[in-house]
Amino acid sequence: MSEPVAEEERNRARTRLVKGPGLLLVWLYGVMSVGAVSRSVYQIATEYGRAPLAYTLSAVAAVVYAFITYTLVRGGETARRAALVCCAAELAGVLVVGTWTVIEPSAFPDATVWSAFGRGYLFIPVLLPVTGLLWLRKARRG
Amino acid sequence: MLDALTVTVSVAALALAAWCGYAAYRDQPTKDWHFIGMAVVSLLALVQLVVGIVQLARGEKPDQGAVIFVSYLVGALAAVPAAGFLSLAERTRWGSVTVAAGAVVLAVLEVRLHDIWGG
Repeated sequence: MSEPVAEEERNRARTRLVKGPGLLLVWLYGVMSVGAVSRSVYQIATEYGRAPLAYTLSAVAAVVYAFITYTLVRGGETARRAALVCCAAELAGVLVVGTWTVIEPSAFPDATVWSAFGRGYLFIPVLLPVTGLLWLRKARRG
Repeated sequence: MLDALTVTVSVAALALAAWCGYAAYRDQPTKDWHFIGMAVVSLLALVQLVVGIVQLARGEKPDQGAVIFVSYLVGALAAVPAAGFLSLAERTRWGSVTVAAGAVVLAVLEVRLHDIWGG
């Protein structure tokens, strides 16, 4: 309010994250968000009792995807850092849940988004955070 | 009818993916011809959505439920146009890569649609 001009300049200087390879990244995160959100809403609404652990983990994945998509579109240094943290958390999640589903399949009567490192999604869930981390590190200068 | 459409949409989507992938390889953004290609593929997906809904209205039941079936039909219709809009703002090879990725997503959705219908 007090300094609208300075505010505007800051916005212009905001690191754009949706450019070049970043566009592909946003697209894939967007697709994963839509896929994971609709999937977990449907599963939790219709058959939660069948595999509560799997569906809860899918819902967590959905929230993480949606948040990363938002930060990428928003841009700026804070958003970049937040996305960086979330990509790291996402990678950890994929690796932990992926390993867990491989070691103890009985805990998961139905698949999660991250089952077997995202095999049901062409392994995109395990490749995406790695690509994301690389891009976000590179975009710092941008 | 639905099976034939699923195959047609898949083939068209993969062709679009290859075409836009080639444009990206040549370091080119998406051009008018690519957008016409996207329009054709989207039109096919629209026809598929309509035919799918008509099949449901006739009382046929998809193996995995009508809600999932319709969601995937809508997703299939949205995939390529959404990627196309993104590529309008990115006039570099990365716009082409994104449309190619969108077309691959559509092809994957078609495979899932086939499973959901129970072919």
